[in-house]
Amino acid sequence: MDNLLLMLAPLFSSKLLLVLFFGTLFGLILGVLPGLGPTTGGALILPFTMTLDPLSAIVLLTSIYCAGTYGGAITAVLINTPGTPAAAATCLDGYPLAQKGEAGRALGMATVSSTVGGIFSVIILVFFAPILAQLAYEFGQPEYFALAIFGLTMLASIGEGSPIKNLIAGAFGILISTVGKDFMTSIDRFTFGINELTEGIGFIPVVVGLFAMSEMLTQSTLINQVFNRIALKAIKLPTKEDYKKTWKTILRSSGIGSFIGVLPAEGGTVASLIGYSEAKRFSKNPEEFGKGSIEGIAGAEAANNAATGGAMVPTLALGIPGSATTAVILTGLIIHGVRPGPDLFREQPDFLYGIFGAMLIANILFFIFGFFGAKIFARITLVPNKILWPMIFAVSVCGTYSLNQSIIDVWIMLFFGVLGFFMRRYGFSVVPVIIGLILGELVEGTLRQSLVIFDGNWLMFFTRPIALTFFILSLIALAFPLIRSKKNK
Amino acid sequence: MKNVQKLKRANKSLPFFFKDEFKVSFVIIFVSIILLLTTFTFDVVPPILNRGIQPATFPKALLVLIITMTLIVYYLATKNPWKNEKKLPKSFFLTLFSFILFVIVSKTLDFFLAISALSIFVSYYWGEKRLFYLLLVGIIFPIIVFIFFETILGLRFPPGIITNIYYS
Repeated sequence: MDNLLLMLAPLFSSKLLLVLFFGTLFGLILGVLPGLGPTTGGALILPFTMTLDPLSAIVLLTSIYCAGTYGGAITAVLINTPGTPAAAATCLDGYPLAQKGEAGRALGMATVSSTVGGIFSVIILVFFAPILAQLAYEFGQPEYFALAIFGLTMLASIGEGSPIKNLIAGAFGILISTVGKDFMTSIDRFTFGINELTEGIGFIPVVVGLFAMSEMLTQSTLINQVFNRIALKAIKLPTKEDYKKTWKTILRSSGIGSFIGVLPAEGGTVASLIGYSEAKRFSKNPEEFGKGSIEGIAGAEAANNAATGGAMVPTLALGIPGSATTAVILTGLIIHGVRPGPDLFREQPDFLYGIFGAMLIANILFFIFGFFGAKIFARITLVPNKILWPMIFAVSVCGTYSLNQSIIDVWIMLFFGVLGFFMRRYGFSVVPVIIGLILGELVEGTLRQSLVIFDGNWLMFFTRPIALTFFILSLIALAFPLIRSKKNK
Repeated sequence: MKNVQKLKRANKSLPFFFKDEFKVSFVIIFVSIILLLTTFTFDVVPPILNRGIQPATFPKALLVLIITMTLIVYYLATKNPWKNEKKLPKSFFLTLFSFILFVIVSKTLDFFLAISALSIFVSYYWGEKRLFYLLLVGIIFPIIVFIFFETILGLRFPPGIITNIYYS
């Protein structure tokens, strides 16, 4: 009961409500704009959160996360381009339905299923995060090392790309985390005599570079591309018939999305793809999928928004990001001096349940904004790239500079922008780099501390049951893409 | 589908060192080997201060892992070649050039001027010829962002021709 009251706290704080309002609005705009999204937006707004107290800062980031994930559906339905990668599966049926003159119905279903998925996942978060945090009390350094390895091996199965390429990108992310002074011995590594690198490479320049700047370079190759835009008259709430057809799909996808979200390093993109394919598998009319099936939209949208709450579970309970955006939120927590993990649940329940409550309200807010404002948000996509991207560049440069007031950070951002462009061009996802970077220090630190505990005996890792379980899960995670590709053949 | 097959066939006919999979694998392995060699220059901690492993061991292991996985990727690509990517357009190289221009101008002249120059340059080459919009993205918007960051975050931008005038 106390926790429920704590969850309602944001409703009684005008400041938090204002932050939620702005965060949801900003998240929706980011989600609607192809190439941007909650990860880039969160990274860009991170410096501004320094002016806020920790709870307001994280509420702002989480509301951007929830609304941004939904916002991608608007562009997916109206211009057949996912606003965020998580909305890619929504295009498959959203756009064909819009072409049939039912854009309002498609967006109505996307809005309702996103909201249900989001709220469902917050309930999962409220129940499971404390349980996971309680379990984490049993974790020592070897267990955290094994867990981080599990998180990294899960990178093999993110998205549709090559598992080995994802692992290379993840290993590269960890390698970036080793730049600078070694945190245990203060010995310089990969600094090449550059003083600014002794502090290491910051998270924000890498994220903004890999996401925003690489997207700017991608957009530069598409300047002559013309989108077929479908006009939206008004959003329509699903009919009784639609609800009858989709309620099972929405619930199933909400469950799938929450579960996928909880898995370290996975996220909305994987969740929506699985949610969509499961919706098709269970559908009475699978032949309609890809031609404007309302169930397809519901399956994909409920799953990707359900992944938001799911991804917050390992982020808050263990300090292991569940997705690229939660990696940004994790950075936000660390910047504000909040250490995620079991102690957070014991010592700061008001903070934690404030976040849960804010996520719940954000889901309701984006329903209202989406329902009444989808037409306006759809117009944002009319802003031409030749005006939009130079503006994003200005904000990216100033945002990156502002954290450490370092021009080197801006150059690092540009370097990662170019690198990210070529990575994506040759089929390397940039998300594993982010996850690797954020987990790098944990992996190395826990490995070295474990070896001190074990007196250098590596085999001792396998004598710890929890660590052994994570290692077995890691092997399964590595084997899964192989099994899947053989099955597909 | 036919186009993809055509592209794949075109890629197959190229000598191996012109293929994308070779070029990408070569760059990754080349950079990794240089970094691996660099790790041998890291200071060695005396055994009494050493905690677990030497500071160079972990990056070394990572680089060996990256090289091994890249070799696997290349081996798999010889069996199943990558599709040939389209040639990059002129607008890409101009945008890339604008990044370099930004670095040079921000280092030598002024941070604000660099943002302004890049914005106008990119916007123009991406097709915006109307003066008002060029001024909007190149001057008005950067001024708003500049003032916003300066007042909200109390940020002090690096000194330069324009920034010095503003601060004085």
